[in-house]
Amino acid sequence: MKRIVRTSKVRNFHQARWNEPIIFELSKKGERGVLIPKAEAEISAAVGDGLSRLPDALRRKAPLNLPEINQKRVLMHYLRLSQENMGGNLNIEIGQGTCTVKYNPSVNEAIANNPKMTELHPLQDQSTAQGILEVMYQSDLMLREISGMDCFTFQPGGGSQAAMTMASIVRMYHRINGEETRRDEIITTIFSHPSDAAAPALKGYKIIKIMPDENGLPDYDAFQAAISERTAAFVVANPEDTGLFNPKVRQFTKLVHDAGGLNCYDQANANGLLGIARARDAGFDMCYFNLHKSFGTPHGCGGPGCDAVGVTQSLRDFLPKPLVGYDGEKYFLDNNLKYSIGKVKSFHGTPQVVLRAYAWMMSLGAAGLYEVAKVAALNNVYLNTKLLAHPAITLPYGTKTQRIEQARYTIAKLTEDTGFTSEDIARRVMDFGMHIWSSHHPFYIPSPLTLEPTETPSKEDLDEYIETLHHIFDEAYDNPEIIRTAPNNSTTHQTDESSLDDPAQWCPTWRVYLQNAK
Amino acid sequence: MNRIKVGLIVNPIAGMGGKVGLKGTDGVKILAEAMKRGAAPNASALVRQALEELIPLRDQLLFLTVAETMGETLCRSMGFEFQVVHRPHNVGWETTSQDTRIAASEMAKENPAVILFAGGDGTARDLYEALGQGPLVLGIPTGVKIHSPVYANTPHQAGQLARDFLAQGNLSTKLEEVIDLDEEALRQGKVYTSLYGYLRVPYKREYLQNKKAPTPLSDKEAQGAIALYLIDHMEKDIIYVIGPGTTTQAILDGLGEAGTLVGVDVVCNGELIRKDCGERELLEVVAPGKTRLVLTPTGGQGFLLGRGNQQISPEILKMVGKENIIVLATEDKLIKQYGRPLLIFTGDEKTDLALKGYYRVITGYGSSMMVPVSVG
Amino acid sequence: MTITGYKNHPYIPNSDPKIQEEMLKEIGLKSLDELHGEIPEELKLKELLDLPQPYGSEYELKRGVDEIMNKNMSTAETLNFLGAGCWQHFVPAVCDEISRRAELLTGYAGEVYNDHGRFQTLFEYESLLAELLDMDVVNVPTFDWPQAAATSLRMASRITKRGEALVAGTVGRDRLLIMKNYCDPGVKLVLVDYDKTTGKMDLKDLKKKISNDTCAVYFENPSYLGVLDDQGEEISQIAHTNGAISVVGVDPSSLGVLAPPSEYGADIICGDLQPLGMHMNYGGGQSGFISTRNEERFVEEYPSRLFGVVPTIVEGEYGFGDVAYERTSFGNLREKGKEYVGTQTALLGITAGVYLSLLGPKGMEELGRNILQKSAYAIGLLSKLPGVNGCRLASPVFKEFVVDFNGTGKTIKEINEKLLARGIFGGKDLSEEFPEMGQSALYCVTEVHLKKDLDKLAQALEEILRG
Repeated sequence: MKRIVRTSKVRNFHQARWNEPIIFELSKKGERGVLIPKAEAEISAAVGDGLSRLPDALRRKAPLNLPEINQKRVLMHYLRLSQENMGGNLNIEIGQGTCTVKYNPSVNEAIANNPKMTELHPLQDQSTAQGILEVMYQSDLMLREISGMDCFTFQPGGGSQAAMTMASIVRMYHRINGEETRRDEIITTIFSHPSDAAAPALKGYKIIKIMPDENGLPDYDAFQAAISERTAAFVVANPEDTGLFNPKVRQFTKLVHDAGGLNCYDQANANGLLGIARARDAGFDMCYFNLHKSFGTPHGCGGPGCDAVGVTQSLRDFLPKPLVGYDGEKYFLDNNLKYSIGKVKSFHGTPQVVLRAYAWMMSLGAAGLYEVAKVAALNNVYLNTKLLAHPAITLPYGTKTQRIEQARYTIAKLTEDTGFTSEDIARRVMDFGMHIWSSHHPFYIPSPLTLEPTETPSKEDLDEYIETLHHIFDEAYDNPEIIRTAPNNSTTHQTDESSLDDPAQWCPTWRVYLQNAK
Repeated sequence: MNRIKVGLIVNPIAGMGGKVGLKGTDGVKILAEAMKRGAAPNASALVRQALEELIPLRDQLLFLTVAETMGETLCRSMGFEFQVVHRPHNVGWETTSQDTRIAASEMAKENPAVILFAGGDGTARDLYEALGQGPLVLGIPTGVKIHSPVYANTPHQAGQLARDFLAQGNLSTKLEEVIDLDEEALRQGKVYTSLYGYLRVPYKREYLQNKKAPTPLSDKEAQGAIALYLIDHMEKDIIYVIGPGTTTQAILDGLGEAGTLVGVDVVCNGELIRKDCGERELLEVVAPGKTRLVLTPTGGQGFLLGRGNQQISPEILKMVGKENIIVLATEDKLIKQYGRPLLIFTGDEKTDLALKGYYRVITGYGSSMMVPVSVG
Repeated sequence: MTITGYKNHPYIPNSDPKIQEEMLKEIGLKSLDELHGEIPEELKLKELLDLPQPYGSEYELKRGVDEIMNKNMSTAETLNFLGAGCWQHFVPAVCDEISRRAELLTGYAGEVYNDHGRFQTLFEYESLLAELLDMDVVNVPTFDWPQAAATSLRMASRITKRGEALVAGTVGRDRLLIMKNYCDPGVKLVLVDYDKTTGKMDLKDLKKKISNDTCAVYFENPSYLGVLDDQGEEISQIAHTNGAISVVGVDPSSLGVLAPPSEYGADIICGDLQPLGMHMNYGGGQSGFISTRNEERFVEEYPSRLFGVVPTIVEGEYGFGDVAYERTSFGNLREKGKEYVGTQTALLGITAGVYLSLLGPKGMEELGRNILQKSAYAIGLLSKLPGVNGCRLASPVFKEFVVDFNGTGKTIKEINEKLLARGIFGGKDLSEEFPEMGQSALYCVTEVHLKKDLDKLAQALEEILRG
């Protein structure tokens, strides 16, 4: 027989398209998906049906319009929808810059699905939870070493809660020092994550943003002008989402300390720094890592995740309760924190995520983490170099400055020439089984694309991605129609969003749809 | 059936200058020079691109337009139903800005859903003269470099925006600046812009699919937030001199007063005490130590104080003092500076240099941005 | 000096030295040391971090971590009666299968086209929960119940432009801590007394404390202590008469048989999805929902994403998008606090949708009924024990109930220690959290408890109390 020829440089991809109905449309009266235990006969005899004794006001009157579907059909429906989702483990997930989507190892799932994790109740006697407490404690120790901080909490469930924790600690710290009212300003940069400004604002702080200078780094002169005796804290990521590391970071943190403020490090972009540089050395008083980013735990379509917040010893007492301690013999939950901000999330955070992060770190060790950071950087610079071979895409602030683990590009020239925006290109990328997102506002860099390879892709993966992007850039000029109508090989086609902002038309649930849509 | 009325004014000579190395074609003399150099009008072709987007709605639209090359020809050849509302005396090459203004006024009487116009900054100024901020307009770019943001980025996008607006009818609208350009200076290579007026345009925010983090407030809401912050922190018996712009105007809206978009108004104790002041009037009102000057960048290029702000003279600035200057701007506006500083040009070098430096620009309720201000 | 990394690690394809050499050559660098060039020397680490030696193989990794986790005693091997915000329920196999699918588990922020699955499953979850709650709008879930409650209160504050919220006095202390931290500054929380006999809200105290500054009245049904408060209609009325918003927290596992708060005037309903198909995971299975009617003034205040269904350019195709994405909650004019979205608990929302699809109306009814019957039976058994009041608060209860051991002369601590020795996790010790209850414990009974389990508990307690 003949050889099967595969010479195409771009993938001949098509996503699953099942055209499944909405779950309610599968309902067939009388069908059951799963049976629930019934109370034993003796119990019914002893206490009756459980309902009749309840006062009328408490009993449900409104009919319960849940669909009735047999088990196979439910499973089939959700399996099909699952196939119509582009998980990070399925594709070359470079296009979600700042999210650090890397390989989520299968063994970590096997470890985490152990009933010794899943069936633990958070309030069970600590003597019966020594295993998970040990994992959390050991993870704390490892993160201390990685960051230079003195103590970690795993309570926040995501970056926004970590920012909230950080802002709460800042407020409490200044309250204890009698300076809470005076210090009502927090300084951050426009490239920092919006939560870094939003959480402190919620905590009553005024936010001052610093723009980048001509090199794309936080403007030092502007920063100096912003510092005053009203400065409570400085919150920043480094490198920022541009991939640029601020070499003057210690000058910034020193200014803040001299003015009596605290330095808070958003380590969402830590992947390129593991084993390379530490938060403490750069002058930070606290830092937060997204375990679902650099530490390889799955994103879950948007959670559950976990953020580890670490602080220097002097701030330890402000952390949310409880921490995990070790007295030489056993692990315990430590609620003895003098100025604790209280709690930000229920119980002890998301321990099953910490377990995965622990397993990830224990698979790599110090040499492995160093390799992760180096290869993340190598992959990124490789991507930079080869991508920029195409004139449509450029690196703002020039190529002379090496990026660390991600880079924000601009296709402004392509937009000017063809009218296509980052969003248009993103829609076409999907036709090849790939993905790009344009990253958050503000669009300081016009027509942005933020790419972060991480250490996960191989050289072949990177080449495929680059080839595909170049191909699409060419299409923007030579075959614009295919981009205008994209996506065509994805699960669905372009949507009509006109109803989404109209209160009379929007359909946030099926029942509203049945009312509103004619 | 009641068709939707859409105005269409095409300035057939706009853009001619660019192709032969001239900037702009205002003025019959320049036009003659351009034609001598071999320039041919190409506005039609570009407007056609825009109108192609409206073909799906052809059966629902009635174009109100101007005779021959100012819109009639195009409508006819594309099969749009139309009505000619103005016949200039010399149609073709020598139509003037007065024709644009008359045409616009005539159209406005019919209450069109939107008036599309093709041309350059000059055409936008003509429309402002004729219409003010009443009817909705949208510019189709065909001139050389355009400074007025009442134009879409490309003819294609103008057409798409018009189509979306006419089809859905629920797009937002906002006031956009009409820029005055010193054409003479321009020919000498100097770009002097200033705020001329405002026109109301439909707009669609750049819609991002990926929503992991919140989008900022729309301009209108951001301006509202900024105004509220200022109002909440206004001090008793202090004079507030409010400069031109929609962001500063929001303060007057917030106080329930009617100020002037392009002029300088004065507020004290929550009330409007002077409207559209000249320098002399301001000198009467301003009291050193008890005055705050509230500014927002206008007129293109990020001028806080520029050639158009004659009223706020160096003398007034000296009386107010740098520390009493409050700058407002939406984050969006500052972002679009792309790192360029805001500018000041009063004509007096000493004053300009004294006002240079970093300002804490108010961008929302409780939020601000450090912005460099330089000499323009 | 060069630090040596970890070559040919399975998670790092380009850790192969040959490939690295190739790649470095293509980008004009000589070695890995030339990367990270922008980091100043004084910030660069000069040697490897001092971390524990990693496991050398996948087998050793799994075995090693399993060995640590084997030091746990899970509720799969014991009999568990702990609740207090996290409850042990049956998780259908299909729920596990779907929530463990790699496409969903490792998905993140794809578009409506290539992450269609995520959008549709979350839209369906929103819609299914809306039916359970008999409301119109449900958010993409937040972290947990207290976060949902705190956010609901901030929403109420923005809508009414008022700064004080009245909170039922029976709210769990940890839940209250989280709510306080999130609401401060901006919304002041004031506790309303509860009737010590019935556990229900003291309406006299409510009427006394409510004012023109009250943005919301928040209570829970069942309460943290398991009590079902039948005064819901009156509480909502008092709130509404004073211009405040009625916010009610619920346990969704009860709504197959119990009235959703929409039936007694609630404007905002919040709660936890954990009972709907989530393993406890030592507290990591919590997920908070917020729900309202489809009124613009409410929708505009959600700080979460709301997925809505829309048509696409292809006939008959379902598409999705964000409803009202530019809403004022992302920057309400005067409130300095912008609330914000980010990673929260999306996968748990999807799982809850699967759960509700499987159970359907009959399953939810069976679930609720079973729990009511089992709780009643357990209370009956425990009340027979000398010195024990199986249900201290004289009200109907759902799933949880306060067992009063004051008459036994023993402390909960003692009792629970002895229960543990018998492989039983006793109810949560309330003596510190609600000192007025003395030696009382919060017991939780669900559909996972068969009759023999409840009999075993009663027997064990009988022995312990005797000895």
